Amino acid sequence: MPFELFVALRFLREGKSQTALILAGASVGVAVIVFLSALIDGLQDSLVARTLGSQPHIIVRAPEEAARTLTRSPESLIQEVRPAQRLRSVDQWQQVREVLERTPGVEAVSPVVAGAGFAARGAASRAVAIRGVEPEPFSRVIDVSSRLVAGAWRLRGTEAVIGQELAKDLGLEVGDRLRLSTAEGRAETFLITGIFDLGNQDVNQRWVLVPLKPAQTLLDLTGGVSFLELKVMDLFGAQGLAEELQGRTGLVAESWMTLNAQLLTALRSQSSSRYMIQFFVIVAVALGIASVLVVSVVQKSREIGILKAMGTPTSKVMRVFLIQGAVVGGVGSVAGSALGSGLALFFASLASNPDGSPLFPVALEPRLFLTAAGVALATGLVAAVVPARRAACLDPAVVIRNG
Amino acid sequence: MAEPVLHLQGITKDYGEEVVTRVLHGIDLTLRPGEFAALMGPSGSGKSTLLNLIGLLDRPTEGKVLIQGQDTSKLDDDGLARMRGRALGFIFQFHHLLGAFSALENVMMPLLADRGRPSGEMRERGMALLQAVGLGERASALPSQLSGGQQQRVAIARALVTSPALVLADEPTGNLDTATSGQVFELLRRFNVERGTTFLIVTHDPRLAERCDRIIEIVDGRILRDEPVPH
Repeated sequence: MPFELFVALRFLREGKSQTALILAGASVGVAVIVFLSALIDGLQDSLVARTLGSQPHIIVRAPEEAARTLTRSPESLIQEVRPAQRLRSVDQWQQVREVLERTPGVEAVSPVVAGAGFAARGAASRAVAIRGVEPEPFSRVIDVSSRLVAGAWRLRGTEAVIGQELAKDLGLEVGDRLRLSTAEGRAETFLITGIFDLGNQDVNQRWVLVPLKPAQTLLDLTGGVSFLELKVMDLFGAQGLAEELQGRTGLVAESWMTLNAQLLTALRSQSSSRYMIQFFVIVAVALGIASVLVVSVVQKSREIGILKAMGTPTSKVMRVFLIQGAVVGGVGSVAGSALGSGLALFFASLASNPDGSPLFPVALEPRLFLTAAGVALATGLVAAVVPARRAACLDPAVVIRNG
Repeated sequence: MAEPVLHLQGITKDYGEEVVTRVLHGIDLTLRPGEFAALMGPSGSGKSTLLNLIGLLDRPTEGKVLIQGQDTSKLDDDGLARMRGRALGFIFQFHHLLGAFSALENVMMPLLADRGRPSGEMRERGMALLQAVGLGERASALPSQLSGGQQQRVAIARALVTSPALVLADEPTGNLDTATSGQVFELLRRFNVERGTTFLIVTHDPRLAERCDRIIEIVDGRILRDEPVPH
């Protein structure tokens, strides 16, 4: 064992109560960081997951229709009239789909025909959103099949899957029939094969999922689709990918990040408050370690003087105290990580949602522990700099004389 | 004639910035290999200051300190530390052992500080010296488990472990009873005779000084007396 480490460990062992205090301080600090990060990460993950439970990551659609003036003269008195946006198909959507599917980072592409309609059963009717989809790609973009509360994920011929709120409103069950009509007067009757709960009341109340073909007929969009919905591999890279796709296809591509700007702002401010808390915890831990080590330098000044008188160079004396800081940080990070994880798991087990998922979901990732360990080690080292310099500056002649 | 172990040339030492107090006034002194000298003087005479300068714990205002012919004024602080570790041994009045380390570890410490890592050879040398001071059995004892005399014997073993050319002892028997004092003094004498190590012993006790080979007396920062002791 090198001289500096040997002496540092002995000094730590000799001052048992001090070492215990400073370790407790470092551990609690790391535990707070781990616990807080796990909690906030978990909440954010679950918030994003809930939000994206009924949303695609990117929507690709045709650009909006706009009137184009025939003259370029600025003096001409022309009033631009914004045309009403009719339901239109994405041009050449089959080719666009292929382009999208070949783009790296895109996991699934689902063509969707969407429009407004009425669902009626007997005398009751509700305004609904008709969504014509291909079952397989759609369930890869929005996972309906695992969130069915009744029936099965099956869409053939004139079958439909609806949300649980709509089912409740209209008193529908799997096997019942539902009549869908549009403002243009087209109508079709569908057989309910499944009822879903996507965790969003509005979606549960309004969505009626039907196969692509009957939806195209109902909405007078034969052979066409309203938009293409995408799932991507990197959730937070969706914005960049959307911009890339927009350039590649000439269509409009919007990511979930644009569509949920408010949520994203909330997540960001949550993250920044967490960094603030972490920062102050680190400062508090560093001050704690530094102050205990300063006291230890004062108490050990006689020993330090003897070591220096015996020929120990200043740099080695400094290292003895830097190592003490690093050891405290290292051990503190291990103990603190364990404490923080335990606390987080305990917290997660305290309360749960009706569906059995924890009310406070926590995300304990290896990255978190590595960060905590790195931060604690660095904090220990930095905190030890001032005490180490003090120790190195001690005049051996003075401390030996004064005992 | 052999090269002096220690050579002081016109050493002066001033303290204070605004009000300058001269503690040492041009000290010249030479110690030759194998000498066993006592340094005497009343409190405030400057003998501690002189010992610090010889021990390279402080630098003179003027003059030169030569250890084994090497001028130490050109060395930086780490150079001085290295020189202290290799050429000098220290025995303090209050043994000054490190409380967190065993007797053997304390003895090995100067070697460890110099070389960085422990070795079997260090352990053997430490053990041999502990046996030489009669404490072979207590190698693993902590300083707090040893008596005052035993502690001072460990300190002597520690001072000698690097085989220094010069050992500086600051009232090595100052806080020991007469019988233990005698034993500790005999031990120093034995190492002086057996190994030829040079000793400079600061003492207040005229009887101990009389048992040395040479008495140097310093008063008011000047050497008042420097003469051999007839045995």
